[in-house]
Amino acid sequence: MAAIKIIVQNLSLQYSDGTESLRDINLDIPANNITVLFGPAGGGKSSLLRCLNRLNDLTEVQTITGKILLDGENILDPKTDVIALRRRVGMVFARPVVLPMSIRQNLTYGLELAGEKHKSKLEEAVERSLKLAALWEEVKDRLEEAAVALSGGQQQRLCLARVLANQPEVILLDEPTSGLDPISTGKVEAALQELKKNYTIILVPHSVQQAARTADFAAFFLQGELVEAAEGKEIFTHPKEKRTEDYVEGRFG
Amino acid sequence: MKRRFKADRFLVQRMGISLIALAAILTVVPIIGLFGYIIAKGAPAISWEFLTTMPSNGMRAGGILPAIVGTFYLTLGTAVLSVPLGIAAAIYLAEYAKENWVTRLIRIAIINLAGIPSVVYGLFGLGLFVLFLKFGTSILSASLTLSIMTLPVIISAAEEALRAVPQSFRTVSISLGGTRWQTIRKIILPQALPGIMTGVILGLERAAGETAPILFTGAAFFLPRLPGSPLDATMALPYHLFVISTQVPEMPIQIQYGTALVLIVFVLGMNLIATFIRSRARAKRQW
Repeated sequence: MAAIKIIVQNLSLQYSDGTESLRDINLDIPANNITVLFGPAGGGKSSLLRCLNRLNDLTEVQTITGKILLDGENILDPKTDVIALRRRVGMVFARPVVLPMSIRQNLTYGLELAGEKHKSKLEEAVERSLKLAALWEEVKDRLEEAAVALSGGQQQRLCLARVLANQPEVILLDEPTSGLDPISTGKVEAALQELKKNYTIILVPHSVQQAARTADFAAFFLQGELVEAAEGKEIFTHPKEKRTEDYVEGRFG
Repeated sequence: MKRRFKADRFLVQRMGISLIALAAILTVVPIIGLFGYIIAKGAPAISWEFLTTMPSNGMRAGGILPAIVGTFYLTLGTAVLSVPLGIAAAIYLAEYAKENWVTRLIRIAIINLAGIPSVVYGLFGLGLFVLFLKFGTSILSASLTLSIMTLPVIISAAEEALRAVPQSFRTVSISLGGTRWQTIRKIILPQALPGIMTGVILGLERAAGETAPILFTGAAFFLPRLPGSPLDATMALPYHLFVISTQVPEMPIQIQYGTALVLIVFVLGMNLIATFIRSRARAKRQW
C-alpha cells in the first residue's frame, strides 16, 4: 500500500440552495496512484474534487464539516493559504478552457501569478510541462499562436500542461475527456499513467469503462454517499456492495 | 372560398412587411435630411481660418477656436474624472459585490441617474461645485457636473462588458493560484476593455454635446482668450451654438451652421471610433 497523501474525514457538505451534496465521507487517497471517483451524475464526485483545492469557496456553500488532511494538514481550516493550496493541488476541468492568449502565455500564466520572472525558468517550465502532457511535439514550433486555435484534444492537454507548469503535488481531473474523441482520450490517459509516478492523481472519469481502465484505487459515489472504496481491480471485478455491482455491470446510471 | 382566404392572408402579410419597411425608411430619412441640410448650409463656412482663429466683430466673423478648444477641454476633464471612477465602480459591482439590497439600491440609483434631465444636473452642479465648493464658473465645475451625468452610462456599459467575459476564465485563473484581483487585471479587464471603451466613448460623446449641464457651471458667453487653467470659464461648442443662434442679432447664418457642423463631426467622430473599436474587438475575440 502506497503512502497516503490525502485523508478525508467525516466530510459533509451542503449547498446554499438546500441540496445536500456530500454525506459523511471518509476516504484515504494514496500518493503516486490514480484514484478514480466514479458513480452516476449528482453523486458528489465533483463536489469532493472542488473541496480538495477549495474551489468550492467560489460557490455558495451553506455548511461544510469534517476534515481534509493534505500531508496531515487540514486544508478546510480557515487559516489555510488557499492560493498556495491551489498551486499544490491543480485542477483540469471537463471542458477545456484555454485562456485568451498564446499557447506559451497559457503555460506561464500560473507561474507569473506567483511572481516568477526569470525567462529561463519560464522557458524550462513550458517545455517540461508540454512534454509531460504529450503535447510538445505538436506545438513546439507554434508557441506564440493563440491557444484557441488548437484542436479540442490539444486544448485539453494544454490545460493539463498548464496545471503541470505550476509543479503541483496533486492533480484533480473532472471528466477531462468527456468532450474528446477516442484518440485524444487515449493520449490523455497515457499521459496520466506516466504522470502518476510523480504526482497524486484524482480522476472523475466520464464512463465506467474509463474508470476500470485507469483506476489504481476507486471510490463509488451514489447520491452524496461513498458506497465503497477499494483497489481498482477489486472493485470492478468483485464489488462488495450490491449497489456498486449494479452500477459497474450497467444495471443503472 | 378557401383560395380566397389564402390570397387574403398573403395580401395581409405583404402589407405588414411594407408597413414595417416604411417605418424603417421613415426613421432614416430625417437623420439623412438633417445631416444633408447642415452639411449643405455649414460646409461653405468651414476653413482652416474658421477652425483656428478667435471670433471677431462680436462673434459675427472670424473663427470658433475657443469653442472647439473649450469642448475639447471639457470632454477631457470629464474623461479624467469619470472614467477611472466609473470603471472602478463597475469592477466592484460585477466582480466583488454580493447580490443584496445594497447592490440593488446602487443599481436602481444608476438607472435613475441616467433618466434625470440634463438641466437638473446643471442646477445640481451650480449648487454643489460652483457655489458650495467655490470652484466658480469653471472648466472644473463643468467637468465635474458632466462627469456625474456620464457616470451611469460608463458604469452600466462597463459592468455589462465585464459580465460578458466567460465565468470559466475566472474559475481557471483562480484554480491556477490567482487572486481575484490578479484575475481581473490579467484576464477579465483586458477582455472587457473594448466593451468598456465603447461605453466610455458613448458617454463622453453625450457629455461633449450637452448644453444644459455646463450652462450654469462653466460655459462663457464670450471670452477674448483661451482658458489658461481648470478654474477658468470656457466657451464650448454647444453653448456657443445656442448663443450665436439666439443671442446675437444680425448673425451670419453660415457661421451658425458651420458651428453646428463642427459639433456634429466632433460627436460623430467619437461615435465612429467607438464603432470601430467594437467591430475590431469582435473580430479578434477568442470566445
